[in-house]
Amino acid sequence: MDFKFDEEQEKFRQEVVTFLEEEKKQGAFQPISDSWVHGYSHEFSKKIAQKGWIGLTWPKEYGGQGRSWMDRLILTEELLRYGAPTGWHWSADRQMGPSIIKYGTEDQKRDFLPRIIRGEVSMAIGMSEPEAGSDMASLQTRAIEDGDDFVLNGQKVWTSGSQHANYIYLVARTDPSFSPHDPKNYKGISEFIVPTDVAGITISPLLDMAGGGHFTEVFFDNARIPKTCLVGEKNRGFYQIMEQLDYERAGIERLMSNYVVFEWIIDYAKNTYRNGVPLYKEPIIRDKIARLVMEFETGRLLCYRVAWVLDQGQVPNYEAAIAKLYGTEFEKRLASEAMEILGFYGQLMPDSKYVPLSGSVILSYLFSPGYSIQGGTSEILRNVIAQRGLGLPR
Amino acid sequence: MDFSLSEEQEMLKKMARDFLADKCPKTLVREMQKDEVGYPPELWQEMAGLGWMGLVLPERYGGSGMAFLDLSVLLEEMGRACLPGPFFPTVVLGALPITDIGTEELKESYLPQIAGGEAIFTLALIEYDAGLDASSISVRALADRDDYIISGTKLFVPDAHIADYLLCVARTGESIKAEDNITVFLVDAKSPGISHTVLKTIAGDKLCEVVFDQVRVPEENILGELNQGWSEVQRIMERAAVAKCCEMIGNMQQVLEMTVDYAKERMQFTRPIGSFQAIQHHCANMATDVDASRFSTYQAAWMLSEGFPCTKEVAIARAITTDASRRMLALAHQIHGAIGLTEDHDLPIYSKRAKAAELAFGDTHFYRELVAQQVGL
Repeated sequence: MDFKFDEEQEKFRQEVVTFLEEEKKQGAFQPISDSWVHGYSHEFSKKIAQKGWIGLTWPKEYGGQGRSWMDRLILTEELLRYGAPTGWHWSADRQMGPSIIKYGTEDQKRDFLPRIIRGEVSMAIGMSEPEAGSDMASLQTRAIEDGDDFVLNGQKVWTSGSQHANYIYLVARTDPSFSPHDPKNYKGISEFIVPTDVAGITISPLLDMAGGGHFTEVFFDNARIPKTCLVGEKNRGFYQIMEQLDYERAGIERLMSNYVVFEWIIDYAKNTYRNGVPLYKEPIIRDKIARLVMEFETGRLLCYRVAWVLDQGQVPNYEAAIAKLYGTEFEKRLASEAMEILGFYGQLMPDSKYVPLSGSVILSYLFSPGYSIQGGTSEILRNVIAQRGLGLPR
Repeated sequence: MDFSLSEEQEMLKKMARDFLADKCPKTLVREMQKDEVGYPPELWQEMAGLGWMGLVLPERYGGSGMAFLDLSVLLEEMGRACLPGPFFPTVVLGALPITDIGTEELKESYLPQIAGGEAIFTLALIEYDAGLDASSISVRALADRDDYIISGTKLFVPDAHIADYLLCVARTGESIKAEDNITVFLVDAKSPGISHTVLKTIAGDKLCEVVFDQVRVPEENILGELNQGWSEVQRIMERAAVAKCCEMIGNMQQVLEMTVDYAKERMQFTRPIGSFQAIQHHCANMATDVDASRFSTYQAAWMLSEGFPCTKEVAIARAITTDASRRMLALAHQIHGAIGLTEDHDLPIYSKRAKAAELAFGDTHFYRELVAQQVGL
């Protein structure tokens, strides 16, 4: 066992920190909570791309850097620590690229990977539907072959960022003989990369309870896409997705989404007087913060373990489920504890007089129920840990 | 970063697991809980023969010169097997402090005895108020020519009834700061004036009251610096906290496996109970707690091994592991149902030991306060 980063890794972290410090100083971004979801800046993503930091782990032949998953973890850890806007490229970098590398045709790789790496394209994830959340295999959106095309009909929802995206990575039913309620409904599903500007696609934003607009609904009404949009094998998409979800869950954004709140609230406790004493002297405040610190530090280790598993050439499975379960429960607790520490001020909205910490705490708090829902609910993750990790019967 | 054990550690782990499965069955554990001595001397000698007592001691004193991280692997297996006896106090509380700060004479006298399984050591630290602060130390050692005379009572001293030597933490002078004027003495347990009473404990561990009635100790038996002992006590505590966590990880891992196995075979409503999500989620929570405890503990063990300052990491490991252990044992009992409450079942052995381990060397509140201090609160 060894819990330190090597010299190269420390140097890389320093390089990332230096870049982010400089960008922050020049006003390229304001640190925000959930910056990988809400922080949309095509311009900033292009800067990240120029540094070679999109597709960091991808093969060099497609323009990637061929670096380790631990390096990617260091990079994402710092991006999240700084609350830098990364929403534009996050999904494509995290999971679409690796899916294309694994299942895409040579043409798709040559087409998409360099454009993702250059920060030119943004991709949204089209998985959930109104009737298909945790039970994704019951999805109803159809993609029916017609000549050289597939014709799409149906609806996706919670498609974060699709209003900004160039593509939707879509999961749809290609074999309608398996109905959504068939016990074998996971068969007959395929994956596609669908340009968002195709005729017949309508995107409408949904306001979330924090007032944010990342959620969308996407409607497909006889939208026609060429067969070259199919990724991987037709009707085998569900098997592909299971692995992609492991990647979706594997990152440290499941622990550090609202990290900026963490630093701010510790600072707040150190510098705020209430009832005539500094907050940090209250035993209950000390205990709250100590719990958060120890859970955060332990969550980091669980995320590092996942990166280590990836670097061993394995797909993290229950390990990723454990990291996400542990990490998102921490994020929720952080938001809730931060609200309690702010007391009366906790309820003030971002544009209110007297709002502390630019309203980042209340925004994170209002967003926080989603942490343990998006990308696999805590309940589904516990199923994964129990069934795939511990071998308990279905 | 590397989350795996080395090849050597894997071998040590396997060897320890096989040996303890064979030599330390639960019949022995139960027997030793009730036994007055509390450990089988033959097994102790076999362990010495395997080089366990000397595992982390320097080679020139009869040890194998391995690292604290290697000892951690061994301690995890001992926790898994619920090994009774004085290994922990002898090696963790006795041998390592002597190695760290003992004079050459003390090391030459005692470390080879420990490595050879000939001497049992323990630490007399805690007193009536059961605190872990320097202000809790009131046992006195008064200078008398070339000797010190120790008087007072220590509590919760592990295995003092069979110990050959005790490290005793005593106050060697008045001071304004509680941390000052504390000294660690190496005391022959057979010295006149020492008496002990074995306390009855939850897991049958032999914790003792030790009364020092004008016990004379030669000056050369001071371990480390006169009056500067508190920093070494803190070091002993840090190491003991992590070492205890390692035992707890072994306990938790075994409890998780037992519970999952039981959930797979126990049939109710014509199905294994492990097929119900309610049970699966309990098991998933247990597995998450085990992993969280394992990595925070091994991180601290690795840092101690490398000699890095790690007060924060130790406190985190301890606070995470004690909370996790308490949660997971409660779930293990819930899943086992009534059978897990019977004296013949193995689970109570584990849940009692888990509680004893949780209460040793400071509970979760103590360590959370340390974490708060470490982040500048």
